[in-house]
Amino acid sequence: MLTKKYWQDKDVALLVGKTLRTGVLCAMGITIVGALIYLFHNAGGKPEYHVFKGAEPSLRHLPGILEGVTHFDGMAIIQLGVAILIATPVVRVLLSAIGFLIEKDYMYVFITLLVLGIIMFNMLSGLGG
Amino acid sequence: MSILVFTLILLVGAFAAGLLGSLTGLGGGVVVIPLLTLGFHVDIRYAIGASLVASIATSSGAASAYVKEGITNIRIGMFLEIATTTGAVIGALLAAYIAPGIVAVLFGCVLIFSAIMSVRKKTEHLELSDTSPLAQKLKLNGSYPTPEGKVAYYIRKVPGGYILMTIAGIISGLLGIGSGALKVLAMDVVMHIPFKVSTTTSNFMIGVTAAASAVVYMQRGYIDPGIAMPVMLGVLTGAISGSKLLVRANTHKLRQIFAVVIVFLAFEMIYNGLTGNI
Repeated sequence: MLTKKYWQDKDVALLVGKTLRTGVLCAMGITIVGALIYLFHNAGGKPEYHVFKGAEPSLRHLPGILEGVTHFDGMAIIQLGVAILIATPVVRVLLSAIGFLIEKDYMYVFITLLVLGIIMFNMLSGLGG
Repeated sequence: MSILVFTLILLVGAFAAGLLGSLTGLGGGVVVIPLLTLGFHVDIRYAIGASLVASIATSSGAASAYVKEGITNIRIGMFLEIATTTGAVIGALLAAYIAPGIVAVLFGCVLIFSAIMSVRKKTEHLELSDTSPLAQKLKLNGSYPTPEGKVAYYIRKVPGGYILMTIAGIISGLLGIGSGALKVLAMDVVMHIPFKVSTTTSNFMIGVTAAASAVVYMQRGYIDPGIAMPVMLGVLTGAISGSKLLVRANTHKLRQIFAVVIVFLAFEMIYNGLTGNI
């Protein structure tokens, strides 16, 4: 794997593809489990989405979601699946940073970390209110 | 309508959205928002959250298939990601101050633009000589394999492409879509990136841009599990089926039909936005 032309390496391309597939399948599997629990408890309820109230505050942050998962809360498990799906492109960016590092392309290590930094800023800056 | 019926209908609708989105290259998001707001009278903010999830689902679902060909130009993608993720921050900031009706009108306009882009005659511009010192400095030029051997390509107008990508990011953050049409405009028309490279590279970028917005929208409560679940499962299975069908389907005819449907939905969104129904 320690070749200079990292991105032209077939193995690396396959590794990235495999990581993405695993992430997507993981996200789907967890969401399906959550969906079954959620529907088991709420199937007969009325969907009320015409007025915006926002998701439960506990389902808006990872700690709250994980807390709910320990209680087998269907909604929290679905939200965990969604969070994993959101993480798949971010993991791909992270893998790219490692790839550029192996290639010793420090300009692109910096660019990739900058992109990761902007996403992290988005997540942690409280822009979401 | 009970939650069970709502979930099942949405699942079918999202499957269709994912299938059409991947066959036409427009992504799942463009249909998910009209489906939810016009079809189910769901508040547009929930629809935006669900659509972002759909965009990531289409991107990551398709990427695992594309990546085998190894023609994504990861440097172009990553460099332009600086523009789209900064744009996404701006878009997510703006979203808090813009009324839902205006968001709906804006969305309608983007839909019309996407429809036009999807049916326009595509002409490939292949730059065979190096004209941009910036592209060289950023190592954006590359090559891709063909049966006749390697084809080298050169990128031009890097600043212009960067500015367009920032706009694409703002729209993506504001409306919760991948804004693939704008990305294609920046890559194909302005920067002259060959199709073989721009398609997969733009797909890679859509996922990253949408993720940058999604982390904000999750905190704002726009991503509700009751809607996100059927949308994500439907769009993912639809997109995966679509990429398997892609080899056989006559996509040109499909594109035209889809474009008409999208324009119709766009006028519905604009009308409802203006009359305050959204």
